[in-house]
Formats: sequence, C-alpha cells, structure tokens
Amino acid sequence: MTRRFLPLSRRRFLHSAAALSGATMVSGLPRLAHAAEPLTVGFIYVGPRDDYGYNQAHAEGAAAVKEIPGVTVVEEENVPETIDVQKSMESMINLDGASLLFPTSFGYFDPHVLAVAPKYPDVRFEHAAGLWTEGMPENVGSYFGYIGMGQFLNGIVAGHMTKSKKIGFVAAKPIPQVLLNINSFLLGARQVDPSINCQVIFTGEWSLAVKEAEATNALADAGCDVITCHVDGPKVVIETAAGRGCYVCGYHADQSALAPQLYLTGAEWNWANVYTGMVNTILDGGTLPNFMRGGLAEGYIKMSPLGPAVTDAARAQFESTKEVIMGGGYSVIKGPLNDNKGNVILSEGQALVETDVALESMDYLVEGVIGSTS
Amino acid sequence: MADQAVIGGSGASLLPALARRSEAVVIPLAALVVGFAIFAVFLLTQGKSPADFLGLVWKGAYGSAFSWQNTLSRAAPLLFAALCVALPARLGLVVIGGEGAIVLGGVAVGALGPAMAHVPAFIALPLMAAAAMSVGAVWIGAAGALRHYRGVNETISSLLLAYIAIALMNQLVEGPFRDPASLNKPSTAPLAESLRVGNLPGMDVHWGLAFGILGCVVSWILIDRTTWGFAARIAGGNVRAAQVQGLPVGRLILGFTALAGGFAGLAGFFEVTAVHGSANASLAAGYGYTGILIAFLARHNPLAIIPVAILLAGFGAASGLIQRRMGLPDATILVLQGFVFLSILISDTFYGRYRIFAPERWGR
Amino acid sequence: MEHDIGLWAIPIAILGGAIRVSTPFLFVSLGEVLTERSGRINLGLEGTLVFGAMAGYATAVVTGSAWAGVIVAALSGSLFGLLHGLICSLPKVNDIAIGIAMMLFGTGLAFYFGKPFIQPVAPDLPAIPLGFWSDLPQLRAALEVNVLFLIGIVLALGMAWMFRATRVGLIIRVVGDSTDAARAMGLRPALIRTLATATGGAFAGVGGAYLSLYYPGSWNEGISSGQGLMAVALVIFARWNPIACFGAALLFGGAGALGPALQSVGVTQGYYLFYAAPYVLTLGVLIAISSPNRAMTGAPGELSITK
Repeated sequence: MTRRFLPLSRRRFLHSAAALSGATMVSGLPRLAHAAEPLTVGFIYVGPRDDYGYNQAHAEGAAAVKEIPGVTVVEEENVPETIDVQKSMESMINLDGASLLFPTSFGYFDPHVLAVAPKYPDVRFEHAAGLWTEGMPENVGSYFGYIGMGQFLNGIVAGHMTKSKKIGFVAAKPIPQVLLNINSFLLGARQVDPSINCQVIFTGEWSLAVKEAEATNALADAGCDVITCHVDGPKVVIETAAGRGCYVCGYHADQSALAPQLYLTGAEWNWANVYTGMVNTILDGGTLPNFMRGGLAEGYIKMSPLGPAVTDAARAQFESTKEVIMGGGYSVIKGPLNDNKGNVILSEGQALVETDVALESMDYLVEGVIGSTS
Repeated sequence: MADQAVIGGSGASLLPALARRSEAVVIPLAALVVGFAIFAVFLLTQGKSPADFLGLVWKGAYGSAFSWQNTLSRAAPLLFAALCVALPARLGLVVIGGEGAIVLGGVAVGALGPAMAHVPAFIALPLMAAAAMSVGAVWIGAAGALRHYRGVNETISSLLLAYIAIALMNQLVEGPFRDPASLNKPSTAPLAESLRVGNLPGMDVHWGLAFGILGCVVSWILIDRTTWGFAARIAGGNVRAAQVQGLPVGRLILGFTALAGGFAGLAGFFEVTAVHGSANASLAAGYGYTGILIAFLARHNPLAIIPVAILLAGFGAASGLIQRRMGLPDATILVLQGFVFLSILISDTFYGRYRIFAPERWGR
Repeated sequence: MEHDIGLWAIPIAILGGAIRVSTPFLFVSLGEVLTERSGRINLGLEGTLVFGAMAGYATAVVTGSAWAGVIVAALSGSLFGLLHGLICSLPKVNDIAIGIAMMLFGTGLAFYFGKPFIQPVAPDLPAIPLGFWSDLPQLRAALEVNVLFLIGIVLALGMAWMFRATRVGLIIRVVGDSTDAARAMGLRPALIRTLATATGGAFAGVGGAYLSLYYPGSWNEGISSGQGLMAVALVIFARWNPIACFGAALLFGGAGALGPALQSVGVTQGYYLFYAAPYVLTLGVLIAISSPNRAMTGAPGELSITK
C-alpha cells in the first residue's frame, strides 16, 4: 500500500479556493484580445451525452463553452475507462490541437489522465471529481462540487413530504461521493423529523436500466414514498418511482419533465458556469489551480425549481436552509453522529464543514440509513 | 471450408500456387470494398460525404505514426480475445465467454500485486502471467469440461460463466481485494512501478501486442503443424470418427479450451500490468465479445486474426475523429462495422466459384 | 398505514420480478425456438431486440401510441430476421458468424437512429391490475401484469400446440431435422427457414418494445444488458420447448429480483453475488439436467451449433 490517501491541508485548500474566486471574477470581465489565438477544448464522456444525468450535465457545460468566441469544442461520447480514453485524449491533442481537456468520468483520472498528462506538458487536463495531490503532474487539475449539499436540501423537502417516514435511495456503488449523498439525503430529512429512515439499494453498476428499475420497485415495496438516486442516468429511476406514485428528487440534471407532478426538487450540477469560468481564465492568460471545489454559493451546483406538490412548510425550510448554506461554512455531517453499525463518527461539537476534504473519503452510512457499504 | 491443406505439390509452378492462395485474400478484400460502398450509400442518405469519412478513417487509424500506435494499442487485447474463440472452434466448439477469463485473469494479477511488490520483475511478472493464464484456463476449461463430462452446451455455459466472473470480479474488487485508498473507483492496490509492463522499444504500444502476435503464431503452429492440431481438426469435423480413430477427444477438448482461456487470461494480465496498474471494473470492457467477431471473420485461422484485429482496432481508433470532425454519433462506426462484416461474411459463399483461383480448372 | 410485510417481501418481489422482467426473455427465446426448430440459429436477436426497443419507442414518441410502437418493433424485427434468413440461405455462409455480425449491425443502427429519442418521453403500454383483490400495495404492484406478458404466455402455448399438432409445426420440424427429408417431401427448406427466421425476428422486436415501452420503459443505449443474447442461450436450456422457455424466462426474471429484494429486507452484504443468482441458478440447473449420453435431446438435427 504505497499510495495512501493524502488529505489536503486546510491551508492548501483555502489557497485554491481563493485562486478560484479570483478566476471567476476575472472571467466576469469582457474580453477582447483573444480572437487571435484560438483555443480548442476537448470533452470526453463515459456515456451518451443526453442521458438526463451525469454526462448530460457535463455536455450542457460544453455547450456553454462552445458559445465563447474563439473557442472550438470537440466532443466524444461513450468512451470507456480503458486505453480508449488515453488514446482519445491523445488524438484530440495530436489531431485536433486541443490544449485544454475535460475527461469527465471519475474513472478516467487514475491511471489514464495521470498517464497521459506527463507526455503533454503544454496541455491542461481538467478532471471532474479527481483528487489532485502534491506530486501529481502540474498540468492536471481536479475540480468538483459539493453536491452533497444539494442532496441535503433534497432531503429536507423529502422529510416534509414523506408520509411513511421512510425514504429511498437507488445508488450505483458504495464510493465516498455516493455515500456522502445518501447520508446527506437522510440527514436533510431528519432535520424535519428525526424518526425518518432511508433505505438504500446498490445496483453495482453506473448504468443498468433494468436493475435500476428493479431497485426502485424494491424501494417502493419496502414502503419508501420519496425516492432519489445516484446513478449516471436517473431517467429510469425517476420514471419508475413516479409510476409507483412516489415523490422523486432529481440528481445530476433537471428531470422535472419526466414526472412534472411528483418531482419535488433536484440537486444539479452547474457546469456551464464552472466551465465558462475556467475557459475564460485560460483565455485571459490566467492559470487554474490544481484543486478546485465549490458549492451552491460558488455556482458549482444548483437546485431544480421546487415542484407543484411541495408544501409551504417544506418550501420555507428549504429556502431558509439554502440561504444559510449560501453563506458558507455549513456542516451537514456534524456530531453527535453514529454510523449505522453503532460506531461513533463524530462526537458532540465536532463538525465537518462542506469544504472539508475528509468528506471525500467517506466510508460509512450514518445511523438511520438501512444498507451496508460492501 | 477453404483450408490451406491443399498446398501445391513440390513441382507446382508459382502461378497456380499463387492463384490458389490469393482466393482467401482477394475475396475478403473485395467484400471489404463492397461493404464500404454500401456504407457510403448509407452516408449519402444521411447527407454526409463518404470521401470525407474515408479520409478520416484513414487519418485516424493508419494515417500517421500516432494513428498506427493508437490502432495497435487497441488491437493488443483483441488478439488474445479472438484466440479464445478460434482455438475451441477447431474442435467445433463455440465459446463466447472469453470476457470472463479476461476479467478474472486481471483480478488474479491485481490480487497478487502486493505480494509481489518486492520480488524482482523478471520473476514476478512471469508468475503473475502464469496466474492469470491459470485462472483463465480454469474458467474456460470448465466450460470444456462441462461439455465433455456432462454434455452441457459450451456456448451457454461459457456465457453464463462470463456473467458470473464479472459479478465475482466486482465483489472481490469492492470487497476483500479493495485498496482502501481507491476512493471513487474501487480497485485493487496499485502495482509497484517495477511490475508495470512498459512499451515496445521506440513505440507507444505496450508489450501485449507483441505477445498477442506471438500467441497467434504459436496457435497457428499448434493447429497447422502439429499432430495435436490435426487431431483437433478431425474431432471438430466428426467426434464419432475421432473416437473410432482412438483420438483422445476429452483431453483435446480440455486442452484446447484451457489454452484458449489461458490466452484470455493473458489479455487480463496485460490490461492490468500495462494499462490500468490495478484491477477494477474497467476490465469488463467488452474485449471478449469483440474477440468473437474477430475470430469468425478470421475463419478461426490464428494468423488471419492479426489483420482482422488491426482492422477492427483501426475502426475504433478512427471513431473519435469521426465524431469530432463530422458530427456523426459514435454509433456510426458500429453501423460501418455491421455493413463491412456482413459483407465479408457473406463473401464466404463465393469461395470455390471462380475458376481463376482454381488452376486445375484453368483452360477447361 | 405501515405495510411492513417482513420477509414476505421476498417471495412477492420475486413474483413481481418474474412477471416484470421475464417478458423480453420470453419473446426472444420463443422467436429463437421457432428459428432453431427450422434448423437455423440466429445469434443476432440481441441486435434485433435493441433495434425493436428503439423503433418501438421512436414510433410511440412520434405517433403517441404505444401499440403502434409494438407493431413497428415487430415489423422491424421481421426485417432483420428476413435479412438474416436470406443471407443464411446462401451456400457456405456460417449462420453463427452472420448472427454475431447482425447483433452488431442491429445495435449500431439502433444507437445511430436512437440518439434523438433518448430525451423524449413516450406513452407506456397499459398494464392490467390483476392484484385488485389484495390490500397489500406490494402484491398489487407485483400483479400489475402487462398485456404483452399475457400475449407471450398464449404464444408459448400456441407454439407448443403448433409443433405438436399442426401441419405447419410438422413442416418446420421436418425442415429443421433433415433438409434431405424435407426436400423428399417436396418442401422448400430455404424458404421455410427464412420465413421462420423472419417471424422469430418479429418476436424479438416485440421483446425489445416491451423493454422501452413498459419496463423499464425508456429508450437509452444501456436498455438491454444482454437480454437478447441470454434469451438465445435459454433456448438450449429449455431444449427447444416453448413451454419450457416460459419457465426459463420466469426463473430468470424472478432470480433477477432477488438481489434488490434481499437488500430491501436488510441482507445487504455481497449483493454482486446475489445479482449473479440468475446465471448461477441457470448454470446449476443446466448441469443437473444435462448428461453426456443424451447431450442434445430435442435438438433439431440441422442446427449448426449442435452438429
């Protein structure tokens, strides 16, 4: 075990966050002088780019980048996390002259981005969800958003709307980001009523339609009446849950069109904002920090508009909590907190704020979540 | 089948021998052209230029040193995967579950990694390769054994075993073998730098390609030049006749399926040591299924697997460029493959029809 | 209010899963039985299924009618079958290899033309609430039976009767067992095989429409996780018997529901292994019922895979 997970120091984090807000500020200014030097930006997706989910969220960001004058966008979809993605990146660099790449899938980072980046020191590789740490190539950056906050807000609305006091979560794999989302969803609901439980079912795959439908049905059978998910394309989960008469909360992108009456709200990425900011920074001759994170306040994530079913009480608590989160420094994961096996995670007074990188190595489900991490 | 068993006698002049040999080259090449032509019509109906398309396929797959290396990198695992189908096919067995052996071979390598971290590479790598081959051999050999001892159809059992292998891989990689530091992509512990297989000298293509080609050559010698291969072909033609001749049909089935699985396991070995550096769910990349197609296109001839795999890998390498330059969906390359491969497979019907390839009918 | 039914959740989930998930397996395997009984193998039904799913969904989006989608899926499936049948009528062409290429071809065309239909929402096929008599919402949900499932049962029974008792069934069987015998009877084997393959393709197309128009009820490129390929394999398992195909499809669908159901009652460890249950179960049954002496009982004599 040579490569332990290396937590980022808090100072380093604050440094990058500051650099980022600087970057976004610059990008707000009108730019004039860049038409002379065209920039080619490559986007690579692991699935189809209109999947109502993870890939669509990134593709919407790419579409926004396309609008910037002097920028050419090249895209490839359905690229597996194998030698294929390495060669796709190299092909974009060698044949299209791309100098900024967004390989957007989790699994592209290690080893693929890390293997290709040293060969092309003049190209910038920006990866979603990766954890850039000291010693990795300097031309690699990793960015991500605190979308757990969005699931927390989903949970608050769900907590108001559930009658059975049992909410459900269809999850792909028990990895830190997914676990944080599940925990946040439950903890949000428990803000409303501490007796609420959340049932989770893991499908084991990022995209597997029939299994997602079966998992959703199993949740409905188990009495869950508000359901959300973390899979690549939430379309099947949302439609199946709505078909069973459950309320649904969205994820990745806006799925309200799939269940207009039963869609409560959703945690969405706001990559259009992030990507245009990053591209403008580069066009302006600036440099991007290697480690970038942001939440609701920084415009990395956003919430779907509240649906017609949402009650006034739910709306009020949703809006007020969102207000507080926008102020910064909010902690969803705070003591006293046990995991669902009875181990103490945090004691009274301890708290992990949304920006804490420790959250990105979460390996537990909190008390109240019915399910297990392996 | 137009087997090359009819090698011209020693005194045969060059021209007739050439004519006979050229049939197996000219017909598929002509079919390739026809397949492209039909696809060109399809493109025209979509309002796209076939000339642009062909130019981009050439550029993306074979047009430069970079493109060649792109293509060859993709071909490496396909060679092994195709051998996993072609070898049992000599016995008349249709094995479609090579994916399972690839995946489990990779898991074996990933699981052994930590124990081998301080063993010199020249010992550790062969050991790990042997482990991957053994696991693969057991997996596909099991399908062969079930066929021989229980009469279970190997096509269905190998397919079921592939699904089971992938489930097993996921369970192992996310359970007992998981490196706790592999956060968002559950994987086994990363291999030590010394255990990573590098690139061929002067190229950006890993050693898997060389070993894949070697595997094809060895398999060809086995099938075409040894008594084992001869016996297998007899058994593949007619099991009864083989048994009457006293051929060890059971051992042939076990041996060929195990060797086939061993090759697939080797694909997993190279995926982990040369590409991923650890075993994870990306091992199930579908190479096993692509291998089926390659083997059938190559008519289960191990040497023909090499050009077919390079053709198919080239399509894969060009796919990205087509998406980026022509705004066509990624599935376009699948449609092209569909047209081309149907055309090549249909061309089987033309073997033996043309007098030009049959010197004994010349002048008649 | 609480409908906590404890461990009863598992059999109910398996029942529901068997009904929901089995239909595509049933249609594809019935199509393959028809094809293989006539002496030809069509490994390409996975591609037909995927294309049927896309064509059905696209039609339903455009026309607003799910049944129109089913009809178009059947028609497109029969075209794929017809193509396969015609190609395989040519001498020296390997039907297994053509099937694999057709799988690629069908999938490729479906993905190519399906891109604009990933986003729109199509109307669903209707279901019959056969669980109206129960107070349990779980049971009511499990017994939401789609019409296609019922049609599939009728089709299985009808095919079994056809093979046993009708002239058409006899003709298909003769053609499948011996080309020479069929010719001696004045039949045209190539024509009959091609018709059987085209009809089988239509069944597979309907199976695809069930996926996209009912369960899981949407079109995307991951809609089929190999159901078509698996269903072809199930035919060997079912020994070319339509009724056994129905049983195999139910077994497969029900076993597939086991994984999520066990998680929902708290058995949360090792879910990958539970998800593999359908495959393990099928393999186990296959090993148990096979024997080296009667390797291929029921197999049509002209089938290339069993020769």
